Amino acid sequence: MSATVQASRADQAASRAAPRITGTGLIDALHAEWTKLRTVSGPGWLLLGVVALTIGLSVAAVGATHCPAGAQCAVDPTKLSLTGIQFGQAVVAVLAVLTICNEYSTGMIRVTLTAMPRRELVFAAKAIVVTGLVLVAGALAAGGSVLAGYLILPGHGFTAARGFHVVSLSYGPTLRAVVGSALYLGLIALLSLGIAAMIRDSAVSIGAALGVLYLFPIILAFVTNATWQHRLERWTPTVAGLNIEATTGLRGLPISPWGGLGVLAIWAGVALLAGGSVLRFRDA
Amino acid sequence: MTTDALSRLRAGTGAGASAGRGGFGWLLRSEWTKFRTVRGWVIGMVVAAILTVFVGLFASGNANIGCQNSPNGPVLTGKACLPYIPHGPGGEVVSDSFNFAHQPLTGNGSITVQVISLTGEHTNITNGHGDRVGSALANGLAPWSKAGIIIKQSLHQGSAYAAMMVTGSHGVRMQYNYTGDTAGLPGRASAADPRWLRLTRSGDTITGYDSTDGMHWTLVGAVTLTGLPATVQAGLFATSPTYTVTNTSFGGNSNDSGPSQATGVFDDLTVSGAPAGGKWAEVAVGGGGPIGGGAAGGGPAGSGSAGSGSSGFTEAGSTYTLTGSGDIAPATPGPGSNYPTATIEQSLAGAFIGLIAIVVVAAMFVTAEYRRGLIRTTLAATPSRGAVLAAKAIVAGGVAFVVGLVASTVAIAVGVQLETSNGQVVLPVSVLTEIRVVAGTAAMLAVAAAFAVALGAVLRRSAAAVTIAIVTVVLPFLLSALNVLPSGVGDWLLRLTPAAGLAIEQSIPNYPQVTSVINPADGYYPLPPLAGFAVLCAWAAAGLALAFYVLRRRDA
Repeated sequence: MSATVQASRADQAASRAAPRITGTGLIDALHAEWTKLRTVSGPGWLLLGVVALTIGLSVAAVGATHCPAGAQCAVDPTKLSLTGIQFGQAVVAVLAVLTICNEYSTGMIRVTLTAMPRRELVFAAKAIVVTGLVLVAGALAAGGSVLAGYLILPGHGFTAARGFHVVSLSYGPTLRAVVGSALYLGLIALLSLGIAAMIRDSAVSIGAALGVLYLFPIILAFVTNATWQHRLERWTPTVAGLNIEATTGLRGLPISPWGGLGVLAIWAGVALLAGGSVLRFRDA
Repeated sequence: MTTDALSRLRAGTGAGASAGRGGFGWLLRSEWTKFRTVRGWVIGMVVAAILTVFVGLFASGNANIGCQNSPNGPVLTGKACLPYIPHGPGGEVVSDSFNFAHQPLTGNGSITVQVISLTGEHTNITNGHGDRVGSALANGLAPWSKAGIIIKQSLHQGSAYAAMMVTGSHGVRMQYNYTGDTAGLPGRASAADPRWLRLTRSGDTITGYDSTDGMHWTLVGAVTLTGLPATVQAGLFATSPTYTVTNTSFGGNSNDSGPSQATGVFDDLTVSGAPAGGKWAEVAVGGGGPIGGGAAGGGPAGSGSAGSGSSGFTEAGSTYTLTGSGDIAPATPGPGSNYPTATIEQSLAGAFIGLIAIVVVAAMFVTAEYRRGLIRTTLAATPSRGAVLAAKAIVAGGVAFVVGLVASTVAIAVGVQLETSNGQVVLPVSVLTEIRVVAGTAAMLAVAAAFAVALGAVLRRSAAAVTIAIVTVVLPFLLSALNVLPSGVGDWLLRLTPAAGLAIEQSIPNYPQVTSVINPADGYYPLPPLAGFAVLCAWAAAGLALAFYVLRRRDA
């Protein structure tokens, strides 16, 4: 860290001849990133997309699921209500990737790094601003999805009288699932930011990010070897992470809800570290 | 499609510039040069092919079954663990286990019976977590529990047959040679409303009839079983397939299954053409006697011949009662099969990685020109914008086709070897089907590439184009494969979205006479292969048409 600081001091010294640029602290970096995000229309639309598409798919899933009288329905009502997160996470990945890659494609990154020579600070500021926005959007998306479940599911046969819990925030596991889903989307944003910082090109970054999100569950669906199934269920980012949405059959989960989210956090952390290192050590 | 689009494009741009006219080959060549000289794209395609093969082999090749034939014997793995696998007359792998009360029938003749009832028991699966309550069986029939009369070439598993039967919930059926299935009278048989069944043999032709009163007969079907010997086995049969409950639990599909058995009660059994005074002998073909039946039901392992001595057959006056378990049907992928079955397309799981890489490169093939401003040079050189779009789609699609063809050929060739040596029963398909699966996967990737080119031209931004192209194919598959959505909704996604094109990979048809949940991961799609592929083509065509319109209307 001290080497980093020295390096950036040297950078500052080198650019001292130019008019002094204010803002080399985290607060200034945050302010700068917030301004960048706020003043273009893309991020706003994407955040709206996260909320709308998540709730839309959730409503479709909830609306299409019925438990006819007398049937045994092995359905986790909360998890069903949060189906849309599968869709919303793609939009979150796009938002996070574009936050980094748009700067590279427009050349803005060179201006940014000239103004803020401490690259890790820039990266941290971007991560904080994007994740903060995604957490808010994710909370709205998950809350809206669960509200749809609360309103629709009892009418479709998922009543308390038949042993189903009410999908409502007053029920502990459902509250955990909603909070966890918002955190899940935040971690997806961090994971995608790390990937984007490594790759820099938006198309390739989005391909890679969507691959990480969707390929592991697909491979899991094809794999027939029980040992590998178990490993994939426990250690891949989205499959493990989505255990945070489970509210029934908790003992039968391949990994505990918070443990699964922890696995995703490890993936996000490694991606951020790798992305941050590439940003730090490679020419922009 | 491409020639079609081309002629349309040419017609539409005839009044325009002539620079690109007569030189579409030249235009193709220039687009190909643009493609092959970007090192990242070429590397991306090679990596896509390699990853496609490796992921496919990982998914298909790592299932190795293990077994121990005797308590202290050596632990065996792979092929050594497989039971005898019967193949039907058509070469397909089949299930052929049922309880059979039979006698020989020489020459032409017929067999007639009245079915009074069909009842059954199945493994007691009570809730979604796979908990079974005790070991007792619950009353109830599987949809394809069946009992009736059968004329069969021999007692060997996999031999030719034709049968008339009542079923759990599909009415009277005539079935033959495992894959054939024709519907007869609807409804269940009961004492008040019995079903009469008749089979007659005339040479190689066997004709099935049904009736509700034993007097007025309706023809159900006539089938030719080529090479039927003079003496065949005719009699009563009963069998009931594996009872499966699929849990629609989110994030992973789990199936709970167990054996079931069916009991048919018959009356008025008559055989014409058989030697007089023939006795009914009971045999559990392929171990198809009642569950836990007293004597050893199955034949010796690996022999493929009939076992003997089950105790599911009783005679009381003119009434016969027969109980059996198993199935007479084609073997299918997925749960519910008697063997660890695998399909050739299981080695194509990696095609999703190939798809993502191809979509990324195909979208960039257009959007990179916008980003660098090269598009203005391109359009100045070739003012016919439709021709430029077509050339780009053809080049991107062609590259995708070659990459897909190489990757899927290698993946299937090696994958089938791996699966076979690991003890999976790879369901055989005809060479034509195999070609359709391999070339179809390549074509599916090519059309997806054209779709991405179209999206790139419409949106001009690679991020949006790549996201839409990937999510519309991958997400519907994922939501259906993992049973995230109720199966009915998932089926519609696989009919309407570009993901429908994945159906081109399906090698084993959806046999209606076998209960199977439509799960694309098991190789089932709701649409037939070519229809699914046509849906993807329609999306790509719509995208290209929109791109053509937008490209001509907008400034570059």
